[in-house]
Amino acid sequence: MAIESPMVTAGVIEVSEFPEVAQRYRVYGVPKVIVNEQVSFEGALPEGRFLDKVLEAVPRATRA
Amino acid sequence: MALLREADRRQLSDLFARELQEPVTIHFFTQRASPLIVPAQECATCRETGELLEEVRGLSEKIRIETHDLVTEGETAGRMRVDRIPALVLQGKNRGTVRYFGMPAGYEFAVLVEDLVDLSRGTTRLSSATREALADLPGRAHIKVLVTPT
Repeated sequence: MAIESPMVTAGVIEVSEFPEVAQRYRVYGVPKVIVNEQVSFEGALPEGRFLDKVLEAVPRATRA
Repeated sequence: MALLREADRRQLSDLFARELQEPVTIHFFTQRASPLIVPAQECATCRETGELLEEVRGLSEKIRIETHDLVTEGETAGRMRVDRIPALVLQGKNRGTVRYFGMPAGYEFAVLVEDLVDLSRGTTRLSSATREALADLPGRAHIKVLVTPT
């Protein structure tokens, strides 16, 4: 998604190297995806549902 | 000792020769070897990540590595929003920003290889519907993908 859109920043974080990140986001299962610190989910989602999660997080983030 | 096995090295070299189009740069943020290491601030996987990237660089002329020190090149790190190491910021035909924090080993290494190919070609396997939705995003999306080694 970040390759396709200038509005997207994607970061893969290896939490075993950064345990403070795992603690902060209460990671119980991986992969755990967090969009704009507001919407999160664990496990892999099909592309369409992943996109829905991104769209869910974006309008709320821009209103702030 | 090499981190990549000879068979993997050959396979990757063939894949890069076949798939890479434009050059891709990996900005690698690390800490320079110093005689004064503060134990709590030591980067556990920086050296190995650097070795892995060197091996990857050796597999294609289209892969470039720029190594940055998190501390002495703080301005560059700030601009690329890197605050922890090891970190990789990938630069090619991407429109947004693609970063990795931690050593890309195991499954994440396969993801890195796929990303290098996509960045080199400027294409992804996303559906046209997804690409259209991303083109019309009303605001910024910062996506964090938290993983563990596999």
